[in-house]
Amino acid sequence: MTPLVDIRDLSVRFTGERTVHALNGVDIALARGEVLGLLGESGSGKSVTLKAMLRMLPARRTVITGSINVSGRDVLAMDEHELEGMRGGVVSMIFQEATLALDPVYTIGDQIAETYVRHHDSSWAQGRQRALEMLDAVRIPSAKRRLDAYPHEMSGGMRQRAMIALALSCSPEVLLADEPTTALDATVQIQILLLLRELQREMGMAVIFVTHDIGVAVEISDRLAVMYAGKIVETGPLRDVMRNPSHPYTRGLLASTIHGARKGTRLEAIPGAPPRLDQLPQGCAFAPRCSLVGADCRDGDIAVVPRSDRHAVRCLRHAAEQEARSAVA
Amino acid sequence: MSETDVLTPTADVGGPQQPLLEVKGLSKHFAVGGSMFGKRSTVRAVDDVNFAVHKGEVLGIVGESGCGKSTTARLIIGLIEPDAGEIILDGELVGSTVSLRDMRRAVQMVFQDSYASLNPRLTIEDTIAFGPTVHGLAADKAHARARDLLAKVGLDPAQFAQRYPHEMSGGQRQRINIARALALAPRLVILDEAVSALDKSVEAQVLNLLIDLKDEFGLTYLFISHDLNVVRFISDKVVVMYLGEIVEAGPVEALFTDARHPYTRALLAAMPSHDPDARTQEAPIAGDPPNPIDPPPGCRFHTRCPFAEAVCSENAPRLTATGTAGHSTACHMVEPASGHTKAPAPAPAEQEIVECPT
Ligand SMILES: Nc1ncnc2c1ncn2[C@@H]1O[C@H](COP(=O)(O)OP(=O)(O)OP(=O)(O)O)[C@@H](O)[C@H]1O
Ligand SMILES: Nc1ncnc2c1ncn2[C@@H]1O[C@H](COP(=O)(O)OP(=O)(O)OP(=O)(O)O)[C@@H](O)[C@H]1O
Ligand code: SF4
Ligand code: SF4
Ligand SMILES: [Mg+2]
Ligand SMILES: [Mg+2]
Repeated sequence: MTPLVDIRDLSVRFTGERTVHALNGVDIALARGEVLGLLGESGSGKSVTLKAMLRMLPARRTVITGSINVSGRDVLAMDEHELEGMRGGVVSMIFQEATLALDPVYTIGDQIAETYVRHHDSSWAQGRQRALEMLDAVRIPSAKRRLDAYPHEMSGGMRQRAMIALALSCSPEVLLADEPTTALDATVQIQILLLLRELQREMGMAVIFVTHDIGVAVEISDRLAVMYAGKIVETGPLRDVMRNPSHPYTRGLLASTIHGARKGTRLEAIPGAPPRLDQLPQGCAFAPRCSLVGADCRDGDIAVVPRSDRHAVRCLRHAAEQEARSAVA
Repeated sequence: MSETDVLTPTADVGGPQQPLLEVKGLSKHFAVGGSMFGKRSTVRAVDDVNFAVHKGEVLGIVGESGCGKSTTARLIIGLIEPDAGEIILDGELVGSTVSLRDMRRAVQMVFQDSYASLNPRLTIEDTIAFGPTVHGLAADKAHARARDLLAKVGLDPAQFAQRYPHEMSGGQRQRINIARALALAPRLVILDEAVSALDKSVEAQVLNLLIDLKDEFGLTYLFISHDLNVVRFISDKVVVMYLGEIVEAGPVEALFTDARHPYTRALLAAMPSHDPDARTQEAPIAGDPPNPIDPPPGCRFHTRCPFAEAVCSENAPRLTATGTAGHSTACHMVEPASGHTKAPAPAPAEQEIVECPT
């Protein structure tokens, strides 16, 4: 079966004073109803991946190569009209800042109604009805009254719920979520994560959930993809990646998280910092920080190798390390 | 102050038993809004806050956005004036026995935004040397010290001293902010979300560095963060704030394994799980934190608390000793004879109201 989302060898370059190699051959295959957690540090290319899928990058300064297929359609070949139909319909997106998705001058009810009518050729009354259903679905208290609220009249958590209601109003096949809980308070973040998990199950949509927080990724994902310098360096089912991280970067990332670290011990930090995307090193981009690096790592592109059924890693030495570890154990 | 004074911390006055910092009855209210209708509202940003930080300790302050963490920090270093309360540094009242100027050298602060706190037109070396020069150290000595400190925070002076902030990564800039804070040989460093903006792999490096520097320079930290994992890792004692008030305080392990306040418990339960087989099933509390303008009467948490009873909206609970030594909680459920159905029976001798937690 062909996947719902099929991204192959996607590269994105931003031209200008300096050329930024933001994505360098990204492959993503996402099945219907699957939740993929896209995990990576600042600047690794998470947001650019999502924006490329909706063709939201500045056309003039962006060079995109590779292919993006969603629901069997070639996104890179779509014209403006087709894109309009896809955005908010087949694929919709939620953000860290609800203000990016919500229009400050319209009420929440009208914004949802407008989106629904635009994609469904239905009456305004039906649109308003849908808005009410959606505000209920995202558990906004006294939904009926809130239909006529403006975004600025809502608290942060409430605005985030309203944005989710808007994004899901046309029952998208794919939801792109760009750190939608990062700016929220801890007690609100968990509410929104659980809400998304539940709505995803009910509606059966596929989700790409971008985050830099491993805990958040664990709460929401079926599968993880770890990004580094514009490439996916490891992907696999959530449990496999968490229990058996195989790329040196993934292992370092998991080891350096403070979660459960014992007081008085040293944290295992990855040395150095991510590379500049206008001066990417030859070969493996992680080489300057990697303790397993060898001369061959700097030669050319590193191929993806399978570790098990659906777990794959882009590293020349993950097997060597694995053996060394089991020998010690 | 003589030149060499700037290079050594101010002397220990009260010995190890005396807290380095005591905060007593600290309050700061902001008047906000209302220009159009003349109605002024009040944000009780910090309300009767008491705590002590002992020498060589790390005190963590946690709580959600707007609970008053940064305002507390700004009050301590004298960036804003308190409406009420005292700040006592090694036994001496700031503003009378200790001058504001001496206090500003003994207490340094590192902020979250590594970029905004650096002057873009100064080189790294000049940035670090600036404070000591202002405090009277000769330029050559100040620069030598700056280069020393760069090495101490893990940045090779030969490579970095002449760079500008925009030529550095976020983690490197935060190292510079730390070096700058140390340039005046402080005794207390306030770290306000100092690692929050860093990538996880870099955050670990900076936390390791902070621990090394603390040992090497005998520092005391006030560590403000909304990240409970980080706070647990670095702190000896922790204070939990909610809407301007301390709701619970105590030794770090007591707080994380034996939390008594319903809000602290909710905060802990809201932490995302790192175990795919033990995901969170239910949100510990519903709703958003209330508006800090005109906060709820009585216990400020009563609008979200699953255990709230009539008494909770009528009387404010007082910090009461609970469990382990030094552990205290402000909740009617632990305060003897508070009128809450779950309250313990009236005071046995050792159940006392504590004036100053930790
Ligand atoms: N419009 C643009 N023009 C030029 N460079 C860009 C543009 N958008 C993104 N970039 C660069 O592309 C790289 C990847 O950016 P992206 O926003 O995808 O990072 P991210 O993984 O989402 O990081 P974060 O966690 O900080 O959001 C970064 O180096 C960024 O500076
Ligand atoms: N100068 C000011 N004028 C008016 N209100 C203020 C001022 N400074 C802070 N406040 C308010 O005081 C309250 C406490 O703010 P503070 O910055 O101390 O919170 P915080 O705990 O540091 O939050 P965060 O986690 O978001 O940094 C907030 O409601 C804030 O809006
Ligand atoms: S390919 Fe080489 S440098 Fe890259 S992660 Fe693997 S061992 Fe390290
Ligand atoms: S005092 Fe009442 S409302 Fe406040 S935390 Fe305790 S039980 Fe809950
Ligand atoms: Mg991003
Ligand atoms: Mg703050």
